[in-house]
Amino acid sequence: MAKHNDFKEKLIHGLFFLNGLLVVFVLIGIFVLLVTKALPAFRQIRLTEFLFSAKWNPTATFVAPSYGILSMLVSTLMVSIGALIIAVPLGIGTAAYLSDVADKRVREIAKPIVEILAGIPSVVIGFLGIVLVGPFIAKIFRLPNGLNALNGSILLAVMALPTIISLSEDALNSVPKSFQEASLALGATHWQTLMRVKIPAAVSGIIAASMLGMGRAIGETMTVLMATGCAIAMPKSFLQSVQTMTATIAIEMGEVPYNTTHYYALFGIGLVLFIITFIVNMISDIIFHKYQKVLK
Amino acid sequence: MKIKQLQEILGFNILRLCIGIVICALIIILYDITTKGIGVISWKFLSSMPKNGMTEGGILPAIIGTFLVTVITALMAIPLGMGCAIYLNEYAKDSKTTRLIRMAIRNLSGVPSIVYGLFGVILFVQLMNFGTCVLSAGLTLGLMTLPWTITASEEALKNVPNSYREGSLALGATKWQAIKTNVLPYAVPGMLTGTILGLSRAAGETAPILFTGAAFFLPSMPKSLFSQFMALPYHLYIMSTQHHAISKVRPIAYGTALVLIALVFMMNLCAVIIRYRLRKIKME
Repeated sequence: MAKHNDFKEKLIHGLFFLNGLLVVFVLIGIFVLLVTKALPAFRQIRLTEFLFSAKWNPTATFVAPSYGILSMLVSTLMVSIGALIIAVPLGIGTAAYLSDVADKRVREIAKPIVEILAGIPSVVIGFLGIVLVGPFIAKIFRLPNGLNALNGSILLAVMALPTIISLSEDALNSVPKSFQEASLALGATHWQTLMRVKIPAAVSGIIAASMLGMGRAIGETMTVLMATGCAIAMPKSFLQSVQTMTATIAIEMGEVPYNTTHYYALFGIGLVLFIITFIVNMISDIIFHKYQKVLK
Repeated sequence: MKIKQLQEILGFNILRLCIGIVICALIIILYDITTKGIGVISWKFLSSMPKNGMTEGGILPAIIGTFLVTVITALMAIPLGMGCAIYLNEYAKDSKTTRLIRMAIRNLSGVPSIVYGLFGVILFVQLMNFGTCVLSAGLTLGLMTLPWTITASEEALKNVPNSYREGSLALGATKWQAIKTNVLPYAVPGMLTGTILGLSRAAGETAPILFTGAAFFLPSMPKSLFSQFMALPYHLYIMSTQHHAISKVRPIAYGTALVLIALVFMMNLCAVIIRYRLRKIKME
């Protein structure tokens, strides 16, 4: 009887272990499948052309099709960095307010607000980019339409804000109380303490939060698909229509015939996207862990 | 001295402005969708099929489609997510393997949703040969939700005091018996809270279902797990960008957006209520 029980326990343990390993397999699986589907593309396309040419015209009929993703890569980075320029100061300001200025009641109200903002589906934000932000931008800058990189940046900023706010607030809250008390005891005001002691002490946590927000922005699809106008060209200004990597996959994947060079090239874009977000998340992770060790 | 105080007042007001802008953004979003969408909402809108090339009629198939896909997502993400969390929190010691698993979880939560979509196309639609259908889309969303359910479930398990486990083990229970009778019953409500939040996000996602089963328009309801479906977020995308008479269907788009937001909020509310009840029980 005891033996039987022992076996059963080991079996259950083993099953949970396999279940735990599953996530590793999924991550590796995503990478491996993307690579195997992207590789055939590079029998036809030179890697240097793929990465460094801005000409993307896979459906050209009279001339040779071209598969350069540089303009989309630049568009993605441009829209994401634009989003960070808006979201990081706002996010840090909000986080500092919640951790240092607000009383408990305000904090109790603010937390669900940030959660609600995080819960709004990206397609709804994209829709508002079309019906609300777009016309607004068009009016201010006197453009025929407001579907451009700026629109995408504003929307992505809204989407990145919850991540940046809650993680920055955590970073500020985990600065040891003694730092703050020492600063106040030396006669510094709360504001000076915040600016010169707490924020510098929490800076790597805040950077990690911003990087995570950037990762989100780079990988976001629906908002940029709907609000940036989707015109493949090297972006020259924020008031120009752009098409990001995610948007290109979303638009073309549905129409492309399976197992053509164009189809494989789209997986190539997916692979590039996966690698970029992986690196951004890893950097965020490393900064965050170093920071936690320093605090300890 | 005075300059210092002025600086402080100015600084704090800048911070107030920051949070003010964030709250304004949320209010504008909710106000615009609610005021323009509420006029369209009626029982008929919620319970009838789209008519006349989707320029009239309701959104019933999209609601049903989103519901079906979310059920599949839940069936995939809840058991696997809970299992992984149980392994990490109850069985595993801090080792290279667990660090690897944790790293994988963090990275999976950062993988762009459209990449999950591509993965779903290869794995479920092509390799497993399910085709573009409810099942493929639900499983793809399930994978995407996995990191969130794991994190939430682990959090819930951590909140169960160690003495519960030890008490059970001291009475001669095996590890699994201790988990089953003395840990899970206390952790399940917390696990559900986090899981529902994850599912609500999955229900609003569009990118992963774009090529795994969502359809532009279908004349009838999905008949089985292997048929294509209409979904609320995809319907909103179609109605606001792809439809041939975009300005004419704008009210329907607003109505769809409102229903989608309402659905997500109701799921969130459920999660919050469970969390609130849980806290109350703990306090007693």
